[in-house]
Amino acid sequence: MIKEYHNLTAREIAAGVKSRKFRAVEICRTALEKAFSAGKNLNAFITVTAELAQRQAEAIDARVISGEPVGPLAGVPVALKDNICLTGYPTTCASHILDGFTPPYDATCARRLCNAGAVIIGKTNMDEFAMGSSNENSYYGPCANPIREDLVPGGSSGGSAATVAARIAPLAYGSETGGSVRQPASFCGLCGLKPTYGGISRYGLVAFASSMDQIGPLARNTEDLALAYQTVCGRDEHDSTSVAFEHPDYLNLTSVERKFRFGLPMEFLGEGVDRDVKQNIETAIEQLRKRGHEIINISLPHSPLAIAVYYVIADAEASSNLARFDGVRYGLREEAEELEEMYRRTRSQGFGAEVKRRIMLGTYVLSAGYYDAYYYKAQQVRELIRRDFEQAFQKVDLLITPTAPTVAFSRGDKVSDPLAMYLSDIFTAPANLAGIPALSAPCGFTSEKLPVGLQFIGPPFGEAMLFQASYALEMILKENAVL
Amino acid sequence: MDNPGRFEAVIGLEVHAQLATASKIFCGCRVEFGAPPNSLTCPVCQGLPGALPVLNKRAVEFAVRLVLATGGTVNQRSVFARKNYFYPDLPKGYQISQYEAPLGIGGRLKIPSTSEDVNKVVRLKRVHLEEDAGKSLHPETGEYQTRIDLNRCGTPLIEIVTEPEIRTPREAYEYLVMLKQILQYLEICTGDMEKGHLRCDANISVKPADSSEFGTRTELKNLNSFRWVERALAYEIDRQTQTIVAGRKVEQMTLLWNEKKQIAEPMRSKEESHDYRYFPEPDLVNLVIDDVWLAKLKSNLPELPEQKAARFVKQFQIPEYDAGVLTSSRGLADYYETVMRNYTDGKTASNWVMTEIMRVLNEEKSDIESFRLKPEATAELLNLIKDGTVSGKIAKEIFAEMLATGKSASEILSAKGLTQISDSTLINEIIERVLTQDRENLKKYLSGKTQIFGHFVGAVMKETKGKANPALVNKLLKEKLDALAR
Repeated sequence: MIKEYHNLTAREIAAGVKSRKFRAVEICRTALEKAFSAGKNLNAFITVTAELAQRQAEAIDARVISGEPVGPLAGVPVALKDNICLTGYPTTCASHILDGFTPPYDATCARRLCNAGAVIIGKTNMDEFAMGSSNENSYYGPCANPIREDLVPGGSSGGSAATVAARIAPLAYGSETGGSVRQPASFCGLCGLKPTYGGISRYGLVAFASSMDQIGPLARNTEDLALAYQTVCGRDEHDSTSVAFEHPDYLNLTSVERKFRFGLPMEFLGEGVDRDVKQNIETAIEQLRKRGHEIINISLPHSPLAIAVYYVIADAEASSNLARFDGVRYGLREEAEELEEMYRRTRSQGFGAEVKRRIMLGTYVLSAGYYDAYYYKAQQVRELIRRDFEQAFQKVDLLITPTAPTVAFSRGDKVSDPLAMYLSDIFTAPANLAGIPALSAPCGFTSEKLPVGLQFIGPPFGEAMLFQASYALEMILKENAVL
Repeated sequence: MDNPGRFEAVIGLEVHAQLATASKIFCGCRVEFGAPPNSLTCPVCQGLPGALPVLNKRAVEFAVRLVLATGGTVNQRSVFARKNYFYPDLPKGYQISQYEAPLGIGGRLKIPSTSEDVNKVVRLKRVHLEEDAGKSLHPETGEYQTRIDLNRCGTPLIEIVTEPEIRTPREAYEYLVMLKQILQYLEICTGDMEKGHLRCDANISVKPADSSEFGTRTELKNLNSFRWVERALAYEIDRQTQTIVAGRKVEQMTLLWNEKKQIAEPMRSKEESHDYRYFPEPDLVNLVIDDVWLAKLKSNLPELPEQKAARFVKQFQIPEYDAGVLTSSRGLADYYETVMRNYTDGKTASNWVMTEIMRVLNEEKSDIESFRLKPEATAELLNLIKDGTVSGKIAKEIFAEMLATGKSASEILSAKGLTQISDSTLINEIIERVLTQDRENLKKYLSGKTQIFGHFVGAVMKETKGKANPALVNKLLKEKLDALAR
């Protein structure tokens, strides 16, 4: 056990392993012990990949000893959401229907992490097929928030957020379709990034809604977050929608003092936002203004339509993406005499209630006679939402909004009210619809000592600015002894 | 049917042609017929969770060739779409196809004149790219009733849809022949129906000849050869006409052609009631073919049948008719052209290909692609005739022997002593012998009955077992007889 592991950042671990201050196997052992203790209590993991982690850690140590170069995440324990494929271990998407499925290939993101020297310690709990905002829709049971265990960690990347917040690993990767990294980051007091669409390869990420899905990292501070993104981003020939782009060293940029012009969309601070959340956001904005950053009010007129548009498009794509889980080739099969009966039984048994609800919704909006009224119209509004942002970024560098309208809520609070649950995504989904990057950073605490997340939204491939802004906010909070 | 003349058929064909690319349309797996089940698959074509398609550029280029060659418009921004339906051999639960913005729009194909219409042109509605599905196998023994082979999954296809303006089964047949010809010319599809490289479905309705309104159409499937298409259409026209004449309504449905029974049988209605829920494929970006790429594809378009025929007339000095026959298939044209690379007399070669070789192909019901004699071997034989080594008659015997044994003309020749006798001294000796033995006829000839000249030629040829060079025999015999007459 390494005593100070609790407080080590990813950068510190990598530097320590390289300088032989720590051995990667020691770091790994510490992380795995935490995964089996704290991780188990929280139900943060679906699979702990102990054997792989040990093997990877040993390999790193061997390289260090023999003087061979090691990657930027040398010896850093990392957890992956259980919808990111890793050869030889089950990928469940927290669904019964993937029972027994073990992918024969690595997601590009997982491959890049391994090449960078990361030590993969496990596959984290999540809402089934990434559909949910509380991690309560998991076939493997809910995951708890390490800050207070009666609270949800947020979702759908709840297990990844819990892993980082409980300091089991300094980094974890989740996935976003409508806020599934940023919202849990906010609920657990972490930094979470939803990259520009095409920033990280989706190859090997089990699809929910392909036109919005993005893998995104979670970390305890901005610097680690930037490191986590920088290590896996960039064009991948296996993903046609991934983009080749030039970018500065995201790590250097975190320390540059730069004065931003922030836009404050009026539509995002109105009704429905908790008073505590609003207050914290306003305080943070005031602090930023004091440091010389400019804040102006702007409008995103179509943003109130975002949540409706999001659920039409996401569910339409999901209904098609989840068609492959049919009991024919892998995963669960409920036998029957006739093919159709086998399909029916397998899918009835294999999918949870929320997934079925979305498949039905999605099937409906694509059906003959309804396509134009729902799917097609939603795509048109999506374009309007994208243009709202485009216009906004002609006036400002970045936008500031709350990440979510509330802080972490109690387990069971919203499970019976899907519409209330859907509203958790109200401030995050627009960025997914527009394909632009957004970052959630901690900005303060409520009177109940629950973290509040502030969201920065940037123009396409504006991640460098997001990291700078997040870093600026982090420095302010540190100076004020809030963090 | 009381008055068949009152009705007219409206036929549209949908042809799926397998593109002859080395690898699949959305992954790097090889395309190959007959490999062990599931040996040519990867996470992408198996539709594993998380796998994503990446478009094969070559498949796009092949499809563009057809659009250009038929005079259609290449949609420079086309969109892939998902066609959603459940089937065990469709591993993703959807097929990636094109729907609202296909790769090619319009175009036309000229078909040979039929009795109904001279110079008929069939207009194309669209040409689009899509992936093939796998195969369900139903072995009679073993633990499972159905097995799935995903090797074919992701094989690139183009779907070629005609406007509904084919009027007769014969026209449909001719259209298919021409389509196959052009696909082969473009080197984008083998056209092999047995391997499923070409598949055809037909939409058909009948209407009173004087009406402009279409009747209710049915769809015909399981049309495994061009002949089946023709027969199934004839059957269905008859059935629909009789239905209408009897005062009943034609029902919209899908029918499967049963070649054994020579009838079209309705498919179970459950299998045909699909709502495919098409929507743009979010895993692929729009397919953009910019001006530079398009121009390159235009300039690299292979020679088409009409151009090739014109060139043959000029280059090989053969009649237009011959050129037309020889270019009727890409394989035949290539065969002839390779013969001509090793031979000089265009007309002799075209005669030989059009009579001897095509006769054999007809007898054996095979095609030139699988013909046993390489064009080089044929050229060798033709050269033996040309330089007088063998006679035309002997050449035909050698040809038969070549087909039977696979040996070359010169091998057979030396083994059998079949070399033509072109030795004047030897032939003169034989002439002497023949004339001496047949004094009676010689007398008749010399007394003016010169029409029996052929009798002596025959006798000489018989003496040499047909090996004498006939032209030389004629010449020497004439000289001898002229000398005797003096």
